[in-house]
Amino acid sequence: MKITKDEIAYVAHLARLDFTESEYEKFTSQLNDILLYMDILNKVDTKGLEPMSHATPLHNAFRDDVEMKSLPVEASLANAPDDNGDSFIVPKVIE
Amino acid sequence: MEPYELTIHELHEKLRSGELTSLDITASVFERIEAVEEEVHSYITLLKEDALESARKSDIEIRRGNMSQLTGIPIAVKDLLCTRGIKTTCGSHILEDFIPPYDATVIKKLKNAGAIFTGKTNMDEFAMGSSTETSYFGITKNPWDPERIPGGSSGGSAAAVAADECIASLGTDTGGSIRQPAALCGVVGLKPTYGRVSRFGLVAFASSLDQIGPMTKDVQDCAIMMNVIAGYDSNESTSVPAEVPDYESFLKRGIEGWTVGIPKEYFIEGMDPEVSSAVEKVIAFIEALGAKSCHISLPHTRYGVAAYYIVAPAEASSNLARYDGVKYGFRAAGSSNLMDMYKKSRSQGFGAEVKRRIMIGTYALSSGYYDAYYKKASQIRSLMKKDFDDAFKVCDVILTPTTPTPAFKIGEKTDDPLQMYLSDVFTLPANLAGIPGISIPCGYSEGGLPIGLQLLAGYFKEEKLLQAASAFEKQINLEKRRPLLHGI
Repeated sequence: MKITKDEIAYVAHLARLDFTESEYEKFTSQLNDILLYMDILNKVDTKGLEPMSHATPLHNAFRDDVEMKSLPVEASLANAPDDNGDSFIVPKVIE
Repeated sequence: MEPYELTIHELHEKLRSGELTSLDITASVFERIEAVEEEVHSYITLLKEDALESARKSDIEIRRGNMSQLTGIPIAVKDLLCTRGIKTTCGSHILEDFIPPYDATVIKKLKNAGAIFTGKTNMDEFAMGSSTETSYFGITKNPWDPERIPGGSSGGSAAAVAADECIASLGTDTGGSIRQPAALCGVVGLKPTYGRVSRFGLVAFASSLDQIGPMTKDVQDCAIMMNVIAGYDSNESTSVPAEVPDYESFLKRGIEGWTVGIPKEYFIEGMDPEVSSAVEKVIAFIEALGAKSCHISLPHTRYGVAAYYIVAPAEASSNLARYDGVKYGFRAAGSSNLMDMYKKSRSQGFGAEVKRRIMIGTYALSSGYYDAYYKKASQIRSLMKKDFDDAFKVCDVILTPTTPTPAFKIGEKTDDPLQMYLSDVFTLPANLAGIPGISIPCGYSEGGLPIGLQLLAGYFKEEKLLQAASAFEKQINLEKRRPLLHGI
């Protein structure tokens, strides 16, 4: 076993996901298969090798620090599930 | 021939000469859509009224002599690209009602070039899939056989071109999502070099791998589309400020004196014999083109699938954290507090494949596992890049099959994610390395399914890719077939 059901539950919490009992069963078995397959990578000696995070040789992409047009409040809130015309409204944060 | 059957360059000539108007063409494309869409289901959203209105405006511009090669041409775009005021769902329940307040840069560029938008095409949810079966909005069928998948994730964009439901389309490619469906639907699809086309307004899946590219009926149309969409964008910090050549001007140059690399790792056991024989036939043409072939090795190819399915889900798990039911998208009802709302909204809003990838990615990035998975995969990625760097020292382009098999049956791989992932084995190395790749049709299976040929080139060498693709397209001279739909 690469990953147990308890670990899956912990990762699900980190990812802000929730599963039913049968989903947990299915995911645990599928993720185990996938992670077992990933073991193939251990056949390669990568000691001291630089990890590659990006394909292009670009480093920082700066622009001049000038004020630019931003999205108006109304447009920013247009897709919100709940708002008061000024802010996003969310359920209670602190118990 | 009906206008909907023609290419961009053929229609452009007819628009220029006045033989056809954009309204004729657009109306013809929508007639075709109305005839076959029920059978194929390429689209999530159709924009008929907007399109006809834009066509009328294009005709006025054309009469005034204001014309680019895309003016008045009906084009479909993948529903992962933001379109101002038009629903952009990403194939997901969680964005079912999302209406972007701005256009993606590529959409802006197509608009400025005078293109007409037919609609937003179907796709695997958040581009995660190889068959378009994970879409919340139903399955797209392969126009060549409605029992088979069109490939994915840009399955709708590929099927729409193959079924003549648009003249050309845009797709996106993170691990093969343009080239694989292009191959399985018998159209041309190009994934540009990472940084060549702006990703601004492309809803992110895996930010270090995603690229937008054209899907077209032939190589010339592909060059025409690239001329419009390529180039630096100050809104996109990974777009590269490199000059964009006139891609169309390379098409007739041939490849005399070139060396075409044939990597042995792409001709593997378990490959469909009809795919290998179709590709081998093309390899036999290399000499006739005045070029020579050379056997090369890309030794880390076999680690590509494992490396990719760590890197891409890791980036996805971070990118998809934004869907929290607060700023946009679906919010589940009846939550007692914020955490509960996050979990319910995400669990109800995402489909199974997206959740699976978020889980793999979150696990691979979690404390204690980072070195074993994400770091390891990123190191392998640099080895794969080096494989290509070395190869392009001895050859101009690399030739491979695009996929190991023709289109598979609907439902064949849905219960076995790993089998589905392995169908990307030939396309995802280009994304991990960041190099450009193109798929062009090179034959049909005995059952009449299209087979694709992939060409790869070095960084920012799209012109070489198109030059070679055009030479092979001419030499292969594939018998022109059209899928039979509703007997039409």
